[in-house]
Amino acid sequence: MSLLWFAKWLAETQWSIDLHESLYMYPLVESVHVLTLCLFVGMSVMLDLRLLGLTLKRVPVSEVTRRLLPWMTVGFIIMVITGAALFYAIPVRSYQSIWFRVKMVMLALAGVNAWIFHSGIHKRVVDWDLDAVPPRAARVAGVCSLMLWALIVVSGRMIAYNWFDCDKQPQPHWVNVAAGCEVPPQ
Amino acid sequence: MMLPWFQWLESSGIGNAIRLSPWAFAVIESVHLLGLAVIGGAVLLVCMRQLGVGLQRQPIAEVARETYPWLVISWVIMMVTGSALFLSEAVKCYYSTPFWVKMTSLLLATIFTFAVQQRVARADETRVGPMWQRVVALVSLVLWFGVGAGGRWIGFSG
Repeated sequence: MSLLWFAKWLAETQWSIDLHESLYMYPLVESVHVLTLCLFVGMSVMLDLRLLGLTLKRVPVSEVTRRLLPWMTVGFIIMVITGAALFYAIPVRSYQSIWFRVKMVMLALAGVNAWIFHSGIHKRVVDWDLDAVPPRAARVAGVCSLMLWALIVVSGRMIAYNWFDCDKQPQPHWVNVAAGCEVPPQ
Repeated sequence: MMLPWFQWLESSGIGNAIRLSPWAFAVIESVHLLGLAVIGGAVLLVCMRQLGVGLQRQPIAEVARETYPWLVISWVIMMVTGSALFLSEAVKCYYSTPFWVKMTSLLLATIFTFAVQQRVARADETRVGPMWQRVVALVSLVLWFGVGAGGRWIGFSG
């Protein structure tokens, strides 16, 4: 059983068809997904900028993380639920989208980056809590987070474009491989 | 009455160049979205603080002052990329209700944020009561929500 098989099975379920064909539900879910960007990515950006010493310099880093993390968690949950619903509405095309795949890889990397930050330099935050410009390891985590989330936002937006869709052949070989397209041999 | 003007804007050099390019719109739109995240963060931090949540242990004035440069930077990015997107499809926008909702909200949100919210947030907290801070935050949130939701819906209309 492959993931493609699973995506095809999802696409056959009634709710997936309903959501795909809905006049208002799909745009509504997508709007919530996009606007929650402000809550989740917006706060994440502000936290990263604090780690770079570019905003809220007199606020302890631990205070910024403690106060913003609950809101970021709420935003993240909304993002995952609406994102999953958007995938569920168009499973096969999304699964075979190189943009979607890039986005998932970047999401995993952003998770790793956050884990390294929280289990590493942030554990010793008491030592540098009030530094206007935090230590190098924290700044690196901030830059990585900013770049990864930017790539996630951009690749997410690009899923809407069909430039590299499997049903738009011929595509360069690497696209077909990266997207997992089933192309009949020439 | 304004239609010929919109048609002229759409046929402008920038509008044509974006429309003829297979990827320009997508790239500009992506930058517009990145700007949305930043302006969203900057606006939310101040509004939430005025509502008594988020960075609630910091003075409102400090949160407003510290996020202000990012508010200005992201606002400029939004205006530049938004104008470019608009030029590429001005006539579609002319006939789009969400576009006009967005423009009205944008005008009001911008004036309110820079002329009212920033001033109230930076005012002496003994002079402006918490009730007024809350009202200002809510008005700002509603106006910016109109901008964001209207903007997203331009893409769904027509």
